[in-house]
Amino acid sequence: MTNDINHKRRSFIKVSAAAGGGMMLGFNFIACKEESKIPDFIAPNLSEPSEWTTLNGFLSIGDNGVVTIMSPNPEIGQNVKTSMPMIVAEELDADWNQVIVEQAGLDTENFERQIAGGSQSIRHGWKNLRKTGATARNLLLQAAAAKLDVTIEELTTSKGIIYHEASDKSLGYGEVASLAADYTAPEEIKLKDPKDFAIIGHDTRNVDGFSIVQGKPLYGLDVNMPGTKIAMIVHPPAFGMKLKSMDDGSIKSMSGITDVVKINVEPEGWNPQWSDVNAYPELVAIVGNSTWEVMKAKKAIKIDWEGETALENSVDHEATMTKLLAEQDGELARKDGDPDKAFADADKVVEKTYTAPFLAHNTMEPMNFYANVTADKAELIGPIQTPMFLEGTLEGVLGIPKENISIMMTRMGGGFGRRLYGHFATEAALISQAVQKPVKLVYTREDDMTQGTYRPAYKVTYKAGLDKDGNLLAFGIKGSGIPGSPVFENRFPAGAVDHYQVQNIQVETNISTGAWRAPRSNFIATAEQSFLDEVAEAAGKDPIDFRLSLFDKAIKEPVGKDNDYDAERYAGVLKLVKEKANWGSETSGVYRGVSAYYCHNSYVAQVLDVEISGDVPKVKRVYCAVDCGIVVNPMAAKNQIEGGIVDGIGHAMYSAMTFKDGAPEQSNFHNYRLIRQAEAPESIEVFFVDNGIDPTGLGEPSLPPIGAALANALYQAVGKRFYQQPFGNENDLLG
Amino acid sequence: MASYKLNINGESREIDVAEDTPMLWVLRDNLHLVGTKYGCGIAQCGACTIHVDGKAVRSCQLRVSQVGEKKITTIEGLSEDGSHPVQQAWIEHDVPQCGYCQAGQIMTASALLAENKNPSDTDIATAMNGNICRCGTYTRIRAAVKTAAKNA
Ligand code: FES
Ligand code: FES
Repeated sequence: MTNDINHKRRSFIKVSAAAGGGMMLGFNFIACKEESKIPDFIAPNLSEPSEWTTLNGFLSIGDNGVVTIMSPNPEIGQNVKTSMPMIVAEELDADWNQVIVEQAGLDTENFERQIAGGSQSIRHGWKNLRKTGATARNLLLQAAAAKLDVTIEELTTSKGIIYHEASDKSLGYGEVASLAADYTAPEEIKLKDPKDFAIIGHDTRNVDGFSIVQGKPLYGLDVNMPGTKIAMIVHPPAFGMKLKSMDDGSIKSMSGITDVVKINVEPEGWNPQWSDVNAYPELVAIVGNSTWEVMKAKKAIKIDWEGETALENSVDHEATMTKLLAEQDGELARKDGDPDKAFADADKVVEKTYTAPFLAHNTMEPMNFYANVTADKAELIGPIQTPMFLEGTLEGVLGIPKENISIMMTRMGGGFGRRLYGHFATEAALISQAVQKPVKLVYTREDDMTQGTYRPAYKVTYKAGLDKDGNLLAFGIKGSGIPGSPVFENRFPAGAVDHYQVQNIQVETNISTGAWRAPRSNFIATAEQSFLDEVAEAAGKDPIDFRLSLFDKAIKEPVGKDNDYDAERYAGVLKLVKEKANWGSETSGVYRGVSAYYCHNSYVAQVLDVEISGDVPKVKRVYCAVDCGIVVNPMAAKNQIEGGIVDGIGHAMYSAMTFKDGAPEQSNFHNYRLIRQAEAPESIEVFFVDNGIDPTGLGEPSLPPIGAALANALYQAVGKRFYQQPFGNENDLLG
Repeated sequence: MASYKLNINGESREIDVAEDTPMLWVLRDNLHLVGTKYGCGIAQCGACTIHVDGKAVRSCQLRVSQVGEKKITTIEGLSEDGSHPVQQAWIEHDVPQCGYCQAGQIMTASALLAENKNPSDTDIATAMNGNICRCGTYTRIRAAVKTAAKNA
C-alpha cells in the first residue's frame, strides 16, 4: 500500500514542530523509503489512505486512520521492529491492527542511538518512545478539541478514536490528523499509568512474521538492485599474514568475471573507530555477474601471502594463560578486607580453573552489503548493527561527506555482535568505488567463519575460603583472556564476602576479537556459577540456600561501595525459580542444576533438568525466572529467553574455534558444531517478575547463566565437574 | 553455459547458466526467488531446502543439470498466500527470531508432514536435525510442527 503510486497520490505532508525528546522533527519517512528501494510486504489487508500527515519523525497518520510507525533501530532478531513501535502505539493509544511498521534508514538528525547492541534498545528508548506517542496523541486531541469546540480535558481516546462523552461524539485519528499538524505540543506531557497499558504487556506477533514465512526478500543478501554485480573477497588464510601478490590473469578470462581488484579498508593516515575491528584490511576482490561464477573464480585465483606478525596456535594460548595464572600476580581490580589472611585462616579452600575457547558468531546470514558509490555519492543497503558508526568510517575511507552517504538497514539474519563491526560494508563501498559499478558483496560461510572478530578465549581461576561452619570467608578471582580478562570485579559475589579480590591478566593477540552475545558474561557466568555450586557442596549446603545467604549478606551489610547489582532482585529470581521448579523435590532419573546471573540490567535464574536416555545425558527441561522490569511483548520476550538458553547450551556443549599457525581450524558447519534440533531442551518455561520497573535488557541475559545450570546438572548426572568448554560430545561426557 | 527449462512452482522457467550451477543460485540469482537461503553451501545447515517432486532437498547440492523434468517447489510456491498449515502454525507460535533459517525449516517440516501425518517427537527431531537455527527457536519449531500436523 505504500507503493510508488500511493506516494505520488499523497497530496501533502504536514510537518509539525512537535517536541519529543529531541529526536524527530520533520522526518519524511516516504523519502527514506523510496531511497531504500527494498520491496516491502507490509500489511496487505489495510486500505490505502489518500493523504498522510507526518506528526513527527516517528509516525504518520493516514486520513483513514492507518498509522505508520518508524522503527529506528536495526532488527537482528531481537524483535525491536515490533516492540519499539508497540511503545509508541501504546502512548498514541492507537489500534495496533491499524499500524504499519517501517524500518527507518540511518537518520542521525531524527533518531537517537540507532544501534543494536548491549540489549539497550528498549531500555534506552523507553522514555522517548513513550513521549513520542504521547506527543502525537496530544496534537490529535488539540485538533479534535478545536473541531468539537470543547476542552482537551473532556476528551478520551481508545484504539485510534477520540471520544467526547458528554455529547456522545467521536472522531477517528485520521479525521483530525491533518489539522493536528498545526498545533504545538506542550513541553511536559503526561504518560500513561502502566496499569492502563493496552498494547504493552500483551502478546504481539512479529510484524515481519508473515513475510518471513512466505520467503519475502527482507535481508541484505536478498537486495536485488538493477545492474548490480556480485563481489566476493579473498582474505589471508591465517592471522599474521598479509597479501603479497596476486595473479589476476588466472581468473580474468573466466566466465562471468568482470573485475579483479585490490582494496585497502584502512588507507594511510586514517584513524579507525572501535567498530572498525579488522584483521585483514588489505583484500583481493573478485567481481562478476553471478554468485556461482564468482565463487568458482575465487577458488581458482592464485594469490601469494606472506607472514607479517606471529602465527599463533591454540595450544600455546592455553599454555600461556595457564602459566600466567599460576605464576603471576595480575593487575588488581578490586580488594575488600584482607583476602590473604582470610585464606590462611580458612578451614577449607576450594580452587578451580575454568577455560573456554574462541567462538565465531556464525549468524545464519553471512556478512554481505550492497554499495553503489559514484564520484560524490554513496548509497549502502544491508545488515549492520551500527549504521551511525559506519557512516563515519565511510566518510573517512571514501572521502565522501556524510551528507552524501545514505545507509539503509535491512532485516538481519542474526547479529550476536558480529555486525557491530562493519568492515564488510566498507569493503563493499570500496569495491564499488574501484570498479565503478553497484555491487553486492557476499561472504561465503568460510569467509565469514575464518575472518575473525571472535569471542576471545578465556581462562579464570576462582578461589574460595570457608570457615568450619561452611560460611564463605574469602573469595578470589584471577582472570585472563586472549585478549583481556572476562571478570566484572563489581558483580556478585562482590559485596557479599568480607575478603574479596580480583586480579586481571591481559594477553595480546593478532586474532581479531569483538563483542559476542553478552560479552564476557557469556563465559564468566558459567565459570562463576559452576564454581559456586562446587563451593556450596564443600560447605555442605544446598546450592540455592548457599546463594541466598550470600544475597542476604549483600542486602543487610554489603561490603564495599560499587556493587553493580540489586541483591534483592537477584535473590528474587532465585526464589521464583526455586518455587516454579519445585526445587528440592526428587524425581528418579532427573538430575538438576541451578544458576543465576545479572547482566544488561536484568536478573535471570535457571534450573535445568538432565535425564540419561540410553547412555547419553539429555537436557529435558529448563525453568527460567527473569526480572527485566516491564515486559513489552511477552510472546517475543519468551522467544528471546528461549533462544538465549538454547544458544548458551549449544555453545557450552559443542562449539570451539581453534588455530594452528594462525589459521582457523574450523571453516564451516561440518567442523564447527552448532546445537541442533535433537539436542535442544524438550521444554523451556519462562517466568517474569511483575514489578512495574522500567524495562531493561532481554536479548542477552538468559544466555550467560545456562552453561553453569547445565554443568551443575551434568555433575549430578555423571559425577564429573566440567571446567573446560565445550563440555564435549556424548562419549566424553560419560568418561 | 547451457539452456534449461525448469518447472518451478508450477511455472515453466527458462534460464541460461553453467551446468554445474547449484539450484540455490539459479533460484536466487537468475529467477530472483530469494526466499531460499544460503547458509553454508555444503549441505550442513538446511537454509536452502526446497522440494523436488515433494521431497526435501538441499538446493546448494543440486546441480541445475540434474533437475530435468522434476517439479521444484520453493517457499514462494508452498502456498499462494501464506496459508499452508505449516506457515500458519509458524505464525501462530510466532516462531521466527531473525527469521533467516525459517524458510528452510518450513520446507523441511512441510515435506515431513506430507509423508508422516502424525510425527512423534523423535520423528520431528530426526527430520529437522539438518536445519540449523542460530537464534535457537527449536522448541517453538517443534511445537509448530505439531500444531501444523493437527491442523493439516
Ligand atoms: S546452504 Fe545448503 S545446506 Fe546450508
Ligand atoms: S530464526 Fe535466526 S537462524 Fe533461525
